Amino acid sequence: MIYLLLFWEFAKVAVFCVGGGYASMPLIQSAVVDTYHWMSLGEFIDIFTISQMTPGPIGINAATFAGQKIAGLGGAVCATVGFCTPSLLIGIALTRLFFSYGDIGAIRGILNGLRPAVVALIAAAGISFVVLALWNTETLPADLTAIDPLGVIILAGSLAAVRRKSGVIPLLAGSGIIGLLLGIARQFL
Amino acid sequence: MSHEEMKSVAASCPNFYWKLFQSTFLISAFTVGGGFVIIPLLRAKYVDEYGWLTDKDTLNLVSIAQSMPGVVAVNASIILGYRMAGLAGALTALAATILPPLITLSAIACAYSWFASNPYVRYALKGMQCGATALIVNVAIDLLQKQIKKKLLLPLAIIAGTFIANFFFDVNIMLLVIIDGIIGLLFLRGQKYSK
Repeated sequence: MIYLLLFWEFAKVAVFCVGGGYASMPLIQSAVVDTYHWMSLGEFIDIFTISQMTPGPIGINAATFAGQKIAGLGGAVCATVGFCTPSLLIGIALTRLFFSYGDIGAIRGILNGLRPAVVALIAAAGISFVVLALWNTETLPADLTAIDPLGVIILAGSLAAVRRKSGVIPLLAGSGIIGLLLGIARQFL
Repeated sequence: MSHEEMKSVAASCPNFYWKLFQSTFLISAFTVGGGFVIIPLLRAKYVDEYGWLTDKDTLNLVSIAQSMPGVVAVNASIILGYRMAGLAGALTALAATILPPLITLSAIACAYSWFASNPYVRYALKGMQCGATALIVNVAIDLLQKQIKKKLLLPLAIIAGTFIANFFFDVNIMLLVIIDGIIGLLFLRGQKYSK
């Protein structure tokens, strides 16, 4: 049953997602792209891009988008509700624990182990994004000369802009416009 | 925290649930950038404008929201709502937080296939994908630099091991997270690892 599967998969993502929006991304990618093939890596990055510009956390946005694409509005609601259910249960339990016992050492230890793990997972996701941007394929290509010059130019420019602390919206708007212009230019050359 | 204390905010304010829903919905609908932007706005509304919560309570509750799994904005609205009015408050705040992105993204998803098959939109999306890639690479570099500066052996070993297992050997992410959580539980309770 697709509704239950969506609910379950996004509930699992929420339980294992520690450290905010960027941390949820490798988990969602693993579920919707690698395990169930509900969308391609390119479509997934589109969601990530759209999430940066529209209101709402990426987890909710990805759940809604994936659910809508696979099973319509019902799917979107099931995936989103699945994503929030663990937060509801854990949040209420922790609030009660906190007001009864204060700081909890075991939870702090677990979180200290998870923070470096999240860094590694974000780095791995970043590399798969770079491969797609440069070669338009999802796995590391055998032929490294098949590189897309358009991707190289825009990625290099974007990296330079990000390192100079440009805002997210100007960056995405700018890279979108440059992509459009270079794409049109390539058509006529 | 007694049950009566939690209910008191809801009882002392007429139209409490409607006000909670409306203010949270508007904040969620117009806030781009996730948890770190939305939390100060919720605080401004609940603490400064309505006086539903004290500053100290809010700080404690937000730190719980940040240290539990899930999305920080969702966690914070659940916990603050729960503190103010129990389960009904948590569900009201949660619904108000997730409805705006649910509506926006449903609309975008419906139009997506038309949208993505247009060649000009495709070019712009390709450019924006590169921009998003730069963002994530930058986040990864910043996080790595911070971890390396701390010069703590075990966290760095976790980074290296997790990266190799995930990237080169396709080990399931959930499994990696469980293993690293157990390592943390056993060896990383010390104060120096919490910074």
